Amino acid sequence: MSTEMSAPSSPFPLVKSLKQAGFVGMVMFGLCVPIVAFRAEQNMNNQLVLQSRWWLTLVFCVLAMIGSFLFSLYTHQKSNKAHSSAPSTVTKALSALAPRLTPLGFACVIAYPLVMLAINGPGGSIKWIDNFGIQILIYVMLGWGLNIVVGLAGLLDLGYVAFYAVGAYAYALIATKVIPDTFPELGFWSFWICLPISGLLAALWGIILGFPVLRLRGDYLAIVTLAFGEIIRLVLINWVDFSNGYAGLTSIPRPSFFGIPFNASEEGFAAVFDLEFSPIYRTIFLYYVILALSLLTAFVTIRLRRLPIGRAWEALREDEIACRSLGINTTITKLTAFAIGAGFGGFAGCFFAARQGFISPESFVFLESAQILAIVVLGGMGSLFGVVVASIALVGGIEILRELDFLKQVFGEAFDPSQYRMLIFGFAMVLMMLWKPRGLIAHREPSIVYKEKKSIGSDMVQEGHG
Amino acid sequence: MTTISSMPLLRVEHLTMRFGGLVAVGDLSFDVARGQITALIGPNGAGKTTVFNCITGFYKPTEGRLTLNHDATHHYLLERLPDHDINWKARVARTFQNIRLFQGMTVLENLLVAQHNTLMRASGYSLLGLFNAKSYRDQADLALQKALHWLERIHLLDRADDAAGDLPYGDQRRLEIARAMCTDPLLLCLDEPAAGLNPKESLELNTLLTGIRDEGKTSLLLIEHDMSVVMTISDHVVVLDYGVKIADGTPDAVRNDPKVIAAYLGVDDDEVAEVEAEVGL
Repeated sequence: MSTEMSAPSSPFPLVKSLKQAGFVGMVMFGLCVPIVAFRAEQNMNNQLVLQSRWWLTLVFCVLAMIGSFLFSLYTHQKSNKAHSSAPSTVTKALSALAPRLTPLGFACVIAYPLVMLAINGPGGSIKWIDNFGIQILIYVMLGWGLNIVVGLAGLLDLGYVAFYAVGAYAYALIATKVIPDTFPELGFWSFWICLPISGLLAALWGIILGFPVLRLRGDYLAIVTLAFGEIIRLVLINWVDFSNGYAGLTSIPRPSFFGIPFNASEEGFAAVFDLEFSPIYRTIFLYYVILALSLLTAFVTIRLRRLPIGRAWEALREDEIACRSLGINTTITKLTAFAIGAGFGGFAGCFFAARQGFISPESFVFLESAQILAIVVLGGMGSLFGVVVASIALVGGIEILRELDFLKQVFGEAFDPSQYRMLIFGFAMVLMMLWKPRGLIAHREPSIVYKEKKSIGSDMVQEGHG
Repeated sequence: MTTISSMPLLRVEHLTMRFGGLVAVGDLSFDVARGQITALIGPNGAGKTTVFNCITGFYKPTEGRLTLNHDATHHYLLERLPDHDINWKARVARTFQNIRLFQGMTVLENLLVAQHNTLMRASGYSLLGLFNAKSYRDQADLALQKALHWLERIHLLDRADDAAGDLPYGDQRRLEIARAMCTDPLLLCLDEPAAGLNPKESLELNTLLTGIRDEGKTSLLLIEHDMSVVMTISDHVVVLDYGVKIADGTPDAVRNDPKVIAAYLGVDDDEVAEVEAEVGL
């Protein structure tokens, strides 16, 4: 066979793949025996009885085997393709769509609550606007805030949720304790007064955390920020006089429509605008508030990237020593990244407290930090559009699990898909990292263009060393 | 008080750098004259890069004084400045032996990052810039012009939008010099600028460096192994061996110095004691 004529496409190693699939199935079986195969349940006499679930174990093993086989098929096809460093079709499609999607996306997010209202009516649409719209937008905003620290400046921050907590508690404490005692007439305005204060306080905490830890790099920085997140949470749990501990803070004032409260009273929103009272107006208003806050974050990030400070952040991610040789004060530069990222976390926290009306340390566990970081990493470091896609996939995807009632028909009435969210989340992360280790949008857009805009592949861009 | 012309740009006095028990540089004194190219040469491990790191603030010298004289009244003691102020206030720029470009940023962005402090001030520490104030836009335009000027000089104008890491090795070397020049330095320290260049690129580099010197704003201090570069372009050569200065003078004088020949080529066994005594080992 002439090697010049035929492309070097090797035949698919069927036996090897089947062997590997069998091996994966065995590993899965070994893992499933202690976790899935047995279940302890209480019977009528309140005794624990062991139930075996071998059929479920079998399903898992077969799924793992099929997955392994498909994966080897995929990698085989990929290696048979010409070794081109060109970005994959998905990346190309996403990056080509991004600019055209922007106006369309704007229209969609602005129309979303109204469309939902029209389809589902005032009662049915709260779930869609609140659980999906607002929830996703909060994570988009947090992702964009953390993106400044992790994606642009390359500082791995595992304790971002601490700033979210600072913002939330700042609003809750000021609005429930300080304002009623000092300026009770400002009651309805408290959200709007506290929003900038929460952001500033969170930024201040960003600087306070930043000063001692910025001499650390990489893994060490990650561990210290992780510890900082836990410290804030433990202080909130244990300093009961200050934060009311585990019980949390209740009856936090909800945001007003610029001074007009959303209630059923004479001065309420519905009465003023001559509408029938319904809680949906507040939800829609909250949706637009978080949308505006997110867009502010995006606007500031886009602008900062084109300013010297943004370029210095990215330069810092690329090479810190070279930065110092060019006269860039790396301490100040890192601190600004920390402070600005933390500030947006604080805004989001303030909004979160106002939306929930109740906060407790339970909302600010490490898992939240991990999820926000996962959104940034999955989206592609430094890419705003990627963060949006990742938030929709991760937050919306988990919410949608609650809606999959038809699965109960398949797996029985006791089956609750949302119980499997961590498993799916983990699988999705592993698959993503195999498929696109640098995130969905794995290339960098230059901040300034002389003649022709060329995006830079992820093989060039550094990840930062802390 | 001496006049500016007789005062060297950089005066290194009794510079000593110890790493634990190892004396990397021992009691080194030399001057870098204004408007000249001074070369620092020596065999591998002689302590040349250590001297550079002391001058540019990456190491704090164990002993000694490094004075940078801007004019008769403005002096900077480099050993007391933090590294970023050595570039920004004392106006000393450097390049690295293993090129340190911002590889994932474009060629143009690399040159704009080098003008960070000027632009930062113009952007009102980002506040004016956030609102796109005219004063900032004007300054940003000047910075862009300066970057383009340097790109033209190093013949990389048509690659302005490429990632710096995509450039060939020789271009990366020149870009790093251009990036250092964008900080408007009085003293430019080059750590082996000709390493890995082919003869043609080496010649281009010579033209670039002598061009920078002849403009009269920037003096150069370079570490180099390539003797063709050193002997052609430098006005003054300082030779180090084992952290000690063994010769200091014009290229011709240094070339014929027996101690330098001994350090580079070695000497016969019976001469070792004699030469070592002379060197002071």
